Amino acid sequence: MKLAYWMYAGPAHIGTLRVASSFKNVHAIMHAPLGDDYFNVMRSMLERERNYTPVTASVVDRNVLARGSQEKVVDNIIRKDREETPDLVVLTPTCTSSILQEDLENFVERASQDTKGDVMLADVNHYRVNELQAADRTLEQIVKFYIKKAKKKGDLPEGKTEKPSVNIIGISTLGFHNQHDCTELKRLMADLGIEVNEVIPESASVHNLKNLPRAWFNLIPYREIGLMAAEYLESEFGTPYIDITPMGVVETARCIRKIQQVVNAQGANVDYEEFIDNQTLHVSQAAWFSRSIDCQNLTGKKAVVFGDNTHAAAMTKILAREMGIHVVWAGTYCKYDADWFREQVSEYCDQVIISEDNGEIGDAIARVEPSAIFGTQMERHVGKRLDIPCGVIAAPIHIQNFPIGYKPFMGYEGTNQIADLVYNSFTLGMEDHLLEIFGGHDTKEVIHKGISADSDLNWMKEAKAELNKVPGFVRGKVKRNTEKFARERGILDISLEVMYAAKEAVGA
Amino acid sequence: MSNTIQPEALTFECETGNYHTFCPISCVSWLYQKIEDSFFLVIGTKTCGYFLQNAMGVMIFAEPRYAMAELEEGDISAKLNDYNELKRLCLQIKRDRNPSVIVWIGTCTTEIIKMDLEGLAPKLESEIGIPIVVARANGLDYAFTQGEDTVLAAMAARCPKQVLEVEKEAKNGIQKLLSFGRKKEEVAAEKSEYVNHPPLILFGSLPDPVVTQLTLELKKQGIKVSGWLPAKHYTELPVIEEGYYVAGVNPFLSRTATTLMRRRKCKLIGAPFPIGPDGSKAWIEKICSVFGIEPQGLVEREEQIWNNLEDYIQLIRGKSVFFMGDNLLEISLARFLIRCGMTCPEIGIPYMDKRYQKAELEMLEKTCQEMGVRLPKIIEKPDNYNQIQRIYELQPDLVITGMAHANPLEARGINTKWSVEFTFAQIHGFTNARDILELVTRPLRRNNALKDLGWDKLVKEEAKV
Repeated sequence: MKLAYWMYAGPAHIGTLRVASSFKNVHAIMHAPLGDDYFNVMRSMLERERNYTPVTASVVDRNVLARGSQEKVVDNIIRKDREETPDLVVLTPTCTSSILQEDLENFVERASQDTKGDVMLADVNHYRVNELQAADRTLEQIVKFYIKKAKKKGDLPEGKTEKPSVNIIGISTLGFHNQHDCTELKRLMADLGIEVNEVIPESASVHNLKNLPRAWFNLIPYREIGLMAAEYLESEFGTPYIDITPMGVVETARCIRKIQQVVNAQGANVDYEEFIDNQTLHVSQAAWFSRSIDCQNLTGKKAVVFGDNTHAAAMTKILAREMGIHVVWAGTYCKYDADWFREQVSEYCDQVIISEDNGEIGDAIARVEPSAIFGTQMERHVGKRLDIPCGVIAAPIHIQNFPIGYKPFMGYEGTNQIADLVYNSFTLGMEDHLLEIFGGHDTKEVIHKGISADSDLNWMKEAKAELNKVPGFVRGKVKRNTEKFARERGILDISLEVMYAAKEAVGA
Repeated sequence: MSNTIQPEALTFECETGNYHTFCPISCVSWLYQKIEDSFFLVIGTKTCGYFLQNAMGVMIFAEPRYAMAELEEGDISAKLNDYNELKRLCLQIKRDRNPSVIVWIGTCTTEIIKMDLEGLAPKLESEIGIPIVVARANGLDYAFTQGEDTVLAAMAARCPKQVLEVEKEAKNGIQKLLSFGRKKEEVAAEKSEYVNHPPLILFGSLPDPVVTQLTLELKKQGIKVSGWLPAKHYTELPVIEEGYYVAGVNPFLSRTATTLMRRRKCKLIGAPFPIGPDGSKAWIEKICSVFGIEPQGLVEREEQIWNNLEDYIQLIRGKSVFFMGDNLLEISLARFLIRCGMTCPEIGIPYMDKRYQKAELEMLEKTCQEMGVRLPKIIEKPDNYNQIQRIYELQPDLVITGMAHANPLEARGINTKWSVEFTFAQIHGFTNARDILELVTRPLRRNNALKDLGWDKLVKEEAKV
């Protein structure tokens, strides 16, 4: 047992649901008690999704505990197959179903005899893997399933596409700026003359998975999701994969050079050096930003970085290598993949912190007092408490991290966005600092513009106490309305009763 | 609204229970705020933690007095000793926060692995010297607001049995609040404002301002509220002696009511709930009638509130509302909205206690008859998928639903109001009737503002049905 207030990565089933619901026409059925379908709320709220989240629960209740859930699960799968005719139903175990130890595999078998669509059981152990690992695994599982199916039916397409092509693997729902990154990556590929063969799982159809082997290579933009699928495709079809995240100017160039190498090895004859040069020097503003006086002012400023592997590693490199900022420590909550992180960032920061404990991270921030933090929403709130600005670079995230405007983190437009994010975080801190040096905001109390500036009315003690409970931003309004009400009725003493009567009268 | 419809009685149906609601452990989010010296320890898995973390939104950053005791593989397979593990965590809580009570929230996992929380608590309690209250607020048995019911039922057992003579004055929190800072004579004078009636305890967690409002409302009738379950502090739980009267303020408190009647031998005043001016009046009237008091000025008061609501009522009169059902406030809200002139084809509700909600159901029936509208179908354990098909058919003017369905319905041109807001907004008593309508009319007012833009359906025609 451990005492926990907050977690960075969610439970395993969230990862499975993220992958399943990213695909088109795939339905996930959770084997879970009432209330565990909170994923739907998150997707509907955070992603502002117009469509119903294709996730339902086969509810585990007392009756299920007594009788077993076979009948119910099988019925629910068959019912969903009829109602929505999905291509695939993914039965998703939760922590509850893990300990019930029912033979879900068998239920899937039974149900699939009566369904038009395919049915599979997500193979994730709740107590061993987290959201990210589960997502990686589920994606691999679905890819494998449909490759095997196509092989068996003999309709696996032969050979590669005519022109160099790529599968972009790992774009998913509820991922940090994933939609924007996806658009930016597609644009980058188009600029490089590379066809996008498939993007999975986001908006992909399972019917197209059999086309995956036709790509010349696979691009895995995120460390956390897609690697297992890429490894499988490599072992099965020899498709090479590139797992360099094109985030930041240097890493984007490195990724593009790797693409060049991979496609040239397969007979293409491309040279991207000029493209990289042109983008770096003239299109993206990030390289110029590094030379500008703005960025000069940031030299040696202290920052800390915390997030998932992909974003924390990329940000650390950008801050240290491209902006000359002093990264005191960089950290990740991807404990299971800590070695990779260490290897990536060790030379760019003084210290590496691997932790899933937000308290430990908060303390580490307080200890070094950086000028800016780059972290998750949790670090943003730590920053608020300590009065240190924070740029959010990784999940867990809130609704404001699902912007409507175009905000990729990847590719050349991504470098611009990141430069803004970094610069804005630091200057905000600078601005506050200057305000303090020069005596702060004008703090003279604003003269009451209400009708009851100097009160001839007597606020009785309990009413005054009640008024103080009213949130600050409406307190003035409540006070004015109450006094207006009292004055109109010739009441001199404002008691609790008067206060409520006033509220009823004006409805405010 | 013709008078030709003569419905006989309410109909009740039960569907599959495939519906969306919050897990009952969410009750910690408002109860830890209400009971200021408490600490809530949710004994469950990452799934529970993830839900709370996301559902509570920014509250989580305010150093809440709640935490997860996150079960690991060793706990599930009993490699670790539950008692020692809990002791370690509770000592840590005692050291860091020193609460007056630790509430253990049992979850689905503790149910399935049959962790004997009720057995462990008294032992640990005596060992560490802090009361430990156990509530099994799990998703196997309960929905959303019923979580509070399980906690209050457990708290009911902890209410002191007898007033100590010395403490008699100090004990009463409400009394103290009202007489705060005043001279003894004044307090004595105030006492005589009350009619002589047996002690009355109200149960249900409400924000402090609403507690004050309802207490004052009863004071106007000469009724004294001797205590409130829960109080602001665990150490101020009210005395409950055999023969006391109790009344509920929320429709989801049936276990608490049962516990107060059976275990504490209280008399339950079965009344409609004080939601809406109609409900508030009926609630007070019923309490008055039990104590043989002739209510004063209630009719005028109700009418005055209704008059103040007229601008909002104009927006909803004649419109229809559909409750998908997730928080058990549905019957009371529907009753109020029908009185406002709305029609209501369906009330979904997670669980329907026909005994505890008897007076409310009768009032709903009566309201429908008086307003000349068809009685709603009450659907217990609804099936959200079926409900959505019915919503497409009926095209109601407003659907009150959870966040999982709100955006998709809006994209299809159907107005929605997020149901959870009714749980957190102040909706009780005469004073707050306007707040309910503020919530209900918000989508309609918004859409009035946008209505000429032609943007009401924002999804492409679906290929399949």
